[in-house]
Amino acid sequence: MMIDLPDTTASAVRTELVRASQRLGGLTTGMVLNLIIATDESKQHDAVRAASQAGREHPCRIIGVVARDPKAAPRLDAEIMVGEDAFQMVVLRCYGELIDHADSVVEPLLVPDTPVVTWWPGAPPEAPAMAPLGTLAQRRISDSAASERPEQTLAHLAAGYRPGDTDLAWGRTTTWRSLLAAALDRPHGDITAAAVGAEAGNPSAELMAAWLSDRLGVPVRRDVSDGPGVTCVIFVTSDGEIELSRPDGRNAMLSRPGEPDRYVALHRRDTVELLGEELRRLDPDEVYGEALAALAAGGRAAGAR
Amino acid sequence: MINPLRDPRDRRIPRIAEPSVLVLFGVTGDLARKKLLPAIYDLANRGLLPPGFSLVGFARRDWTDQDFAQVTYEAVRQHARAKFRDEVWRQVSDGVRFVAGEFADAAAFGHLAETLTKLDAERGTGGNRAYYLSVPPRQFPVVVRQLEQAGLSDQHAAPGWRRVVVEKPFGHDLASARELNDLLGSVFPHHSVFRIDHYLGKETVQNLLALRFANTLFEPIWNRRYVDHVQITMAEDIGIGSRAGYYDGIGAARDVMQNHLVQLLALTAMEEPVSFDADALRGEKEKVLSAVRLPADLAEGTARGQYTTGWQGGVPVSGFLDEDGIAAGSVTETYAAVRLGIDTRRWAGVPFYLRTGKRLPTRMTEIAVIFQRAPHLPFDATDARELGQNALVIRVQPDEGVTLRFGSKVPGSAMEVRDVNMDFAYGESFTESSPEAYERLLLDVLIGDPPLFPRHEEVELSWKILDPIEDFWAAHGRPEQYPAGSSGPPGAAAMMARDGRAWRRL
Repeated sequence: MMIDLPDTTASAVRTELVRASQRLGGLTTGMVLNLIIATDESKQHDAVRAASQAGREHPCRIIGVVARDPKAAPRLDAEIMVGEDAFQMVVLRCYGELIDHADSVVEPLLVPDTPVVTWWPGAPPEAPAMAPLGTLAQRRISDSAASERPEQTLAHLAAGYRPGDTDLAWGRTTTWRSLLAAALDRPHGDITAAAVGAEAGNPSAELMAAWLSDRLGVPVRRDVSDGPGVTCVIFVTSDGEIELSRPDGRNAMLSRPGEPDRYVALHRRDTVELLGEELRRLDPDEVYGEALAALAAGGRAAGAR
Repeated sequence: MINPLRDPRDRRIPRIAEPSVLVLFGVTGDLARKKLLPAIYDLANRGLLPPGFSLVGFARRDWTDQDFAQVTYEAVRQHARAKFRDEVWRQVSDGVRFVAGEFADAAAFGHLAETLTKLDAERGTGGNRAYYLSVPPRQFPVVVRQLEQAGLSDQHAAPGWRRVVVEKPFGHDLASARELNDLLGSVFPHHSVFRIDHYLGKETVQNLLALRFANTLFEPIWNRRYVDHVQITMAEDIGIGSRAGYYDGIGAARDVMQNHLVQLLALTAMEEPVSFDADALRGEKEKVLSAVRLPADLAEGTARGQYTTGWQGGVPVSGFLDEDGIAAGSVTETYAAVRLGIDTRRWAGVPFYLRTGKRLPTRMTEIAVIFQRAPHLPFDATDARELGQNALVIRVQPDEGVTLRFGSKVPGSAMEVRDVNMDFAYGESFTESSPEAYERLLLDVLIGDPPLFPRHEEVELSWKILDPIEDFWAAHGRPEQYPAGSSGPPGAAAMMARDGRAWRRL
């Protein structure tokens, strides 16, 4: 069911939302979270779609906040969608001065007593926890890869980091990190150095290199490859090299000294999968915070580049 | 050695098994095709299978590796939850091997040993093997002995681990369960035997532990002061299908009650374990199972039935005695119900009613904790006439979730109180990320994590509950009849009525 509310107010939206869910039999009871999506018009469609798919795993109320013409007179247009899938959706289009006060529209629309997550599918604010829509949330999801200059964005995110921040570029490293951690579950020689190969300016590679250097206490070289994304990670050990390489963004090979090479599927995950992973836990991701701090502190051994 | 990349705070990184081989006996069965092979693909898709993981099928079929890979491929395409990805399939299919042979043929097991040694060399599986016996129990002894004689069970001969996985039934009575355990125990050490009760791999069943022990709300009332009784139900709408050969002579009580229902009872009634370690959890389950008391009069405290020809969901279906492969005078029950007591301070006087049956109106498994009525109602007698008992229902399948039933005022100028339901459904059942029970259990086998697998002691205790009932039934009469599609035999309803209670509607 879709309801269009041009030039409206938060309380009118709220009334309609309650009415619409009652007509469908009171869907709010199963909601496990509120997901605010702060975006511009260009990213709105894909982001909302990804969120509604992730909403099957995590029934949620999705509140899309779209910033429109900042020079226009302040106005709010709203669109409500209540579907058979386990989610409700409101898209709020804010004009003019209202853009800076979008939190005042969003706050009354949150499902009470239920966690709030804010996601910026585009370039994130410098300090998500300080941004108007970020202050409402206990978990804030940025995507440094969506910014023009990811490395600079990571530096800002590190400076403005508060527990509860997380970044999709970090989520993109999970499958790599899982395989690497599993590789080190088995006996291996002393690790003396490591390297991460990826296309230039890939924030996931930066975060992973910082994480490795922080955890292993060895210099981690950043190699530039043609991508796509991260292409290989090497541990230099006293027995030889352990290498996980993925030249095509899909098929990977794990090799270790004295053992046959092993093939492993390692596809690049889409936004739905990444968002699903983020929403699974709502407590602070301390390991991300440490990797980000290590990156900012130049945790990769000086001059390793 | 401590792995510097592991950190308990890093919840994104899952546990991944070591490089290993799953050897599957009984690859042609329904379970392999519908559950096990798809589960392997789904695990690989979630990145939980180690690089190098290999799957070896063993059966009496004239198949090549490619033939078995094709069978696996079809099972995956038909039954896997996750979207099909070529690269994931490549990872699985690279490690697929097949060994043809009879279970009685020592040479075939020699061939199996060679295949495994070759896999260790080609794919670095490091001697780690899990033998999954998805075969009828009468074949366990020969397979286990052959594994032993081929040197495949020896824990010290090679690096790595050797584990064995068995499915229910774990025997058909206490004596046969002990026999089976002795057999397995003579070849594999106890900690290497994994008994699968797939109910324990279900999300909702694990959620029962969260519900009870993560909340302050329920535990204070989880006892005889507040609970009137508990009903644990597993209803099936299907008949016995093609399982006649197994089912005749076994029956509903041995097939379902001894394992699934008794496990659900244990999890519902047990005390809080000090941790979720295998030993702590199983210890609490064993304690409560050892306190289970049978009804003094088994004629009054049990009921059994056999479905007859009838209409099931709009379709005419044949009765149990008319099913192919069932003996004409069979006294095997397709419905079983029993009232159990638990002799502990927490549960003294609270009956636990267990029931299971085939060809019932719906397919449904639930645990319903029914609370006592309020000792006094400050309303006029007629106001609360429609108020029932408060209930907390854990819906195990389908439509997994939790329902809380309580009284609420009917809107209007009069004070009228009626039952309403508050519902939680964690929309998980239809998502890719909610693992099938078999995925979780296979992964736990490969990792070597035992809490969700019943220990031999639990199996023995559950047979101690069942055996007297089976003996009584064997000596007294035959099952009542109930039409297919009805909610069970009249004796089951009468058993509840004698206690002044009624079954929940199916």
